[in-house]
Amino acid sequence: MKRPDFFSNRTKEIRTSSFRKRAVFSFVSFAVLLLAAIFFWKWLNHQPTEQGALKPLRKTLEANEKILKNAVFDTNHLAKEFPEKDAVKNVRVNGLIGMEKTIDASTWRLNVVRSTGDTLKLSLDDIKKLPRKDVIFDFKCIEGWSQVTHWAGVPLKTFMQYYHLDAQEKLAYVGLQTVDKKYYVGVDMPSALQSQTILCYEMNNKSLPMNQGFPLRLIIPVKYGIKHLKQIGTIYFSDQKPPDYWAERGYDYYAGL
Amino acid sequence: MNVISKHPLAIRWFHWINFPVLGIMIWSGLLIYWANGVYKIAVGDTTIIKFFPDGFYKALKVPFHLAKGMSFHFAFAWLFVVNGIVYVAYTIFSGEWRYLVPNRRSFKEAWQVLLHDLHIRKYQPPQLKYNAAQRIAYTLIILMGIGSVWTGLAIYKPVQFSWMAWMCGGYEAARVEHFILTIGYVVFFLIHIVQVIITGWNNFQAMISGLEVIKPAKQIRSNEEA
Repeated sequence: MKRPDFFSNRTKEIRTSSFRKRAVFSFVSFAVLLLAAIFFWKWLNHQPTEQGALKPLRKTLEANEKILKNAVFDTNHLAKEFPEKDAVKNVRVNGLIGMEKTIDASTWRLNVVRSTGDTLKLSLDDIKKLPRKDVIFDFKCIEGWSQVTHWAGVPLKTFMQYYHLDAQEKLAYVGLQTVDKKYYVGVDMPSALQSQTILCYEMNNKSLPMNQGFPLRLIIPVKYGIKHLKQIGTIYFSDQKPPDYWAERGYDYYAGL
Repeated sequence: MNVISKHPLAIRWFHWINFPVLGIMIWSGLLIYWANGVYKIAVGDTTIIKFFPDGFYKALKVPFHLAKGMSFHFAFAWLFVVNGIVYVAYTIFSGEWRYLVPNRRSFKEAWQVLLHDLHIRKYQPPQLKYNAAQRIAYTLIILMGIGSVWTGLAIYKPVQFSWMAWMCGGYEAARVEHFILTIGYVVFFLIHIVQVIITGWNNFQAMISGLEVIKPAKQIRSNEEA
């Protein structure tokens, strides 16, 4: 009787007694591994949390961040830009945390903390004097939706060069806070200096609406929307990770795209 | 009693590691998807299936766990990818791929297998370790895995991996494809479970012990056909 080759060529036939022994051993091993897997799952879910995420998972997010920063992120990788006609008219408003109802542009100042005790105070007109750049890109929310939207402002890199923030550019992070300081984010410097990152004062060629962060917001296409802080009150620079509102609530700090 | 060793130890390991890991990926993916759960099948304005109904979410305790879902998804993705790569490498270097990859006859034979499984046809075509339908299914599931990693990376870093997103037809398309592949796993799983139950204990235990008892009658039958 001819047998298919996997019976004859590659395997030996096994005696019944030996089969019993091996089967029992396999099943015991399987049960032990199953218990180990269940134990691991319970252990993982009972770990302390660090910034709202289970500690081993937070560590993994940080390890991912390291790989993404060193091996994946390239400042020449630009977010795709779109023609103006593709930009939506009804721009989604998704978060109002840390926002004042109204802001008086004549008294509002952008606080640029050059170092402790050395703060530059700039008016909206000071910022509007700098070169303007339009960015029309697919804005991506961490929730999973996206929208092609049209923004304009001064590139953060241009802004920092104009105000001679060379020493600050060498630090690892930029921190931003809303006027009332209740919403705050941290952004790694390479992403902050990417050419599409702007301090934005216009949406669809008009002054920013109040609910979109009037008078000034961050637009940073290499990050999820959670980093696009509205109503900027303060910008500062640091080698340590600045506190980040959503990262404290279990989200990935990097949040890069 | 004729006993042969059917599944190598390595393949059993890859299979049983993948099972819970894929389960965790689907569950954590659901936690993420919920935050923008907009997909549905509709004809005109009439929704036929909504992905997913509120009752489904509530029963599985899905709502408001986006951050948790992401933290699990981007940790266990590593296990899913590594296990998948090692499995494919093993099948290539051990020669096991010969039993798994469909050949010229497989597509015609898979039809005969289907007719046999549906009790329309009396005999199965002769086979080695896996029948033609299994070959197609077990190869397809690997291609689906590659698809999930590809579309996943396109959604994860659409600017850095813009060429991957472009090949998916864009960011939003990649998200839809990632979702459809996941539904595909669930369908695969359901069919797989039914088939395993129907085929019986001897076949199932071989995935744990690696050993299968060969019934002589089955051999004769398949040789008659050959």
